[in-house]
Amino acid sequence: MFPIVECREIAKNVILQRIEAPRIARKRKAGQFLIVRRGELSERIPLTIVGSDPADGTVTIIFQAVGKSTAELESLKAGDSLLDVVGPLGLATHVENLGTIVGIGGGIGTAPLLPIATAFQQAGNRLVSIVGARTKDLIILEEEMRAISDQITVTTDDGSYAKKGFVTTALQELIDAGTKIDLCVAIGPVPMMRAVAEVTRPHKIKTVVSLNPIMVDATGMCGACRVTVGGKTKFVCVDGPEFDGHEVDFKELVMRNRAYLREEKEAMDRYLHKDGKCMGSAAPGAGTPGGAGKAVVTTGGVS
Amino acid sequence: MADVTPTPKAPRPKVGSIPRQPMPEQPPKVRVKNFKEVPYGLTPDLAILEASRCIQCKNPACVKGCPVEVQIPEFIDLVRQGKFVEAAKKIKETNALPAICGRVCPQEEQCETPCVLGKKFEPVAIGRLERFVADFERVTGVVEIPEVAPPTGKRVAIVGAGPAGLTVAGDLVKLGHDVTMFEALHKPGGVLMYGIPEFRLPKDIVQAELDYICKLGVKLECNVVIGKSVTIDELLAEEGFHSVFIGTGAGLPYFMNIPGENLIGIYSANEYLTRSNLMKAYLFPEADTPIYRGKHVAVVGGGNVAMDAARTAMRMGAEKVYLVYRRSKKEMPARIEEIHHAEEEGIEFHLLTNPLRFLGNEESFVNEIECQRMELGEPDASGRRRPVPVKGSEFRLPVDTVVMSIGNGANPLVPATTPGLGTNKWGNILADQETGKTNKKGVFAGGDIVIGAATVILAMGAGRKAAAAMHSYMMTGAW
Repeated sequence: MFPIVECREIAKNVILQRIEAPRIARKRKAGQFLIVRRGELSERIPLTIVGSDPADGTVTIIFQAVGKSTAELESLKAGDSLLDVVGPLGLATHVENLGTIVGIGGGIGTAPLLPIATAFQQAGNRLVSIVGARTKDLIILEEEMRAISDQITVTTDDGSYAKKGFVTTALQELIDAGTKIDLCVAIGPVPMMRAVAEVTRPHKIKTVVSLNPIMVDATGMCGACRVTVGGKTKFVCVDGPEFDGHEVDFKELVMRNRAYLREEKEAMDRYLHKDGKCMGSAAPGAGTPGGAGKAVVTTGGVS
Repeated sequence: MADVTPTPKAPRPKVGSIPRQPMPEQPPKVRVKNFKEVPYGLTPDLAILEASRCIQCKNPACVKGCPVEVQIPEFIDLVRQGKFVEAAKKIKETNALPAICGRVCPQEEQCETPCVLGKKFEPVAIGRLERFVADFERVTGVVEIPEVAPPTGKRVAIVGAGPAGLTVAGDLVKLGHDVTMFEALHKPGGVLMYGIPEFRLPKDIVQAELDYICKLGVKLECNVVIGKSVTIDELLAEEGFHSVFIGTGAGLPYFMNIPGENLIGIYSANEYLTRSNLMKAYLFPEADTPIYRGKHVAVVGGGNVAMDAARTAMRMGAEKVYLVYRRSKKEMPARIEEIHHAEEEGIEFHLLTNPLRFLGNEESFVNEIECQRMELGEPDASGRRRPVPVKGSEFRLPVDTVVMSIGNGANPLVPATTPGLGTNKWGNILADQETGKTNKKGVFAGGDIVIGAATVILAMGAGRKAAAAMHSYMMTGAW
């Protein structure tokens, strides 16, 4: 069992949990993820590791309640335990001093961006950050990103906070202003990552994206997470999760992430109306894994 | 079963006068509607009758056919005398997992092939008897824990709690070593748990055999991915293990790399079976993990795993299940019994048929497979006749779910994170066939990660040999 030692809501339906998992805390590097399983009949849910403390043996995850499995996770409190936590999984981010890095986090995607951006900043890069979300309530980790960034722009789609517009608008402005960008790291909903890749493509700015496909075992055994990158099939769990954004077949990824929409809805409806009682409104975005953003990388369908 | 009074000294019948006893099983029409085990197993009376067929060869060929050298005539004679628990104990001297082997071993290629009785009549049903005594022992609850040697002070790490690792663990703990098994998934058992379906190998039976290994004193740590959570070098240098056994299996599914293979509804057999077996997706929505309950399912491949996938699809309510295989039935690698069960259950075999591409609807769900007819040409490297495409024979099969079951490669996680560990061009770890020794001191390997996707019992055989070599290495220090 893996005890939850801290649990708090950092934005609407966005939860931060600190979990005791000493082996993972010792080994994890920026860019890696873990798998959690709440109980005996639960799914395996892949979640990005946002931080860790090797000294006290804890890892930090941040997720958004978007389906039954994440809603169940959300209902846990400090003192509760998870049945299984496994990791660290996936390849760590390749970090080196390249010059100027633009880190873009969309919605919950800012959570996985934080450790990666921190690693690049610590490697001596100049860090320019763009943190965006649909609306003010969904902006997360702004202070943490601000603390490590040499320059930061915050955007909201609806203009309810900071700069009105998409993260791509802010990125385009940086490019138009003549900023020399050596690497762009973009993490967020698939449409956002695709849009960022299209902005950087004409300028030949190397763009890394972190993908969030459906996974089951996450050790390379099943192939549920396969994506096409540069015309070749890759397993995100062992070959990724980071890939060259200009080579990823985003259209296929969006489609594959929709594989279990019907089952996700069925599971969520059942959860919300358990025993004929309404369990409350856990998830506005229930059943939309593609739109959930990274950090709730959906796994089998009902997360 | 528990009420049976042992019949001491059942009379020996005239050689060949009793036919091989069939094992009662669920009728096909009934069993395709449930996930319960297909055969019911022998009754005590049938087991005694079957055991009395054995002629007790002085120089038994059957034992030589068994990768773990179960003392076959001895245990069968105990069955004949009604001493079922003693018979189970006899098997367990060399095989820690008899209830599993009695179910999934290809006896027709191993112990039963050389049975002398089989030359004129039918061979003794060794597998069915092994299964019977293991079940008898478990059901009657008189599982005996053998004596364990005094502690040697040596610590052993087993990487992967599948058939190979379990065998090494069982052997070494009995010799007094301190054994820890590391398992990447949340449940131990490897392919026994995630791969082989409930109706062929009930999970409570696997669990009982795992419990037995743990009762012997083996420690188990699940959710540890060796190579990621901790490396082989760290196990040896930092965690104080004196030797390591790598039994990570063949866990990297092959795809055909043909157009449309990433459409929704196309699974690897590993994914399909893992969802169904390990994650219990056939219970969805009671279990959280979903799976497609396809109406028209195609399984591509001709091995045991393909049969498992096809029969699983049938049990999840498919109207039609097609087995698409590019050679003829004769070349199928699956056990005859599995092919027979699949046919009985209404699986449609499309033999000499090869998929060319998959087609999907506007939402990227697979809806057709374009196939091509094949004919057999000259034998290839495997000795089987090579399938050659028949020009102009393309046709389409309407499907909503496809399971690719064309084999597995070596999972690269451990080799990729263990500097200096020798592998071949397919990524299999190089290990001595007799000892399991790799080119790294203190590191042994066996099972599918060494020989490529094979059988449970071959992995156990490799584990048996590696355990002996590991014991000798730890006690003498000689590499």
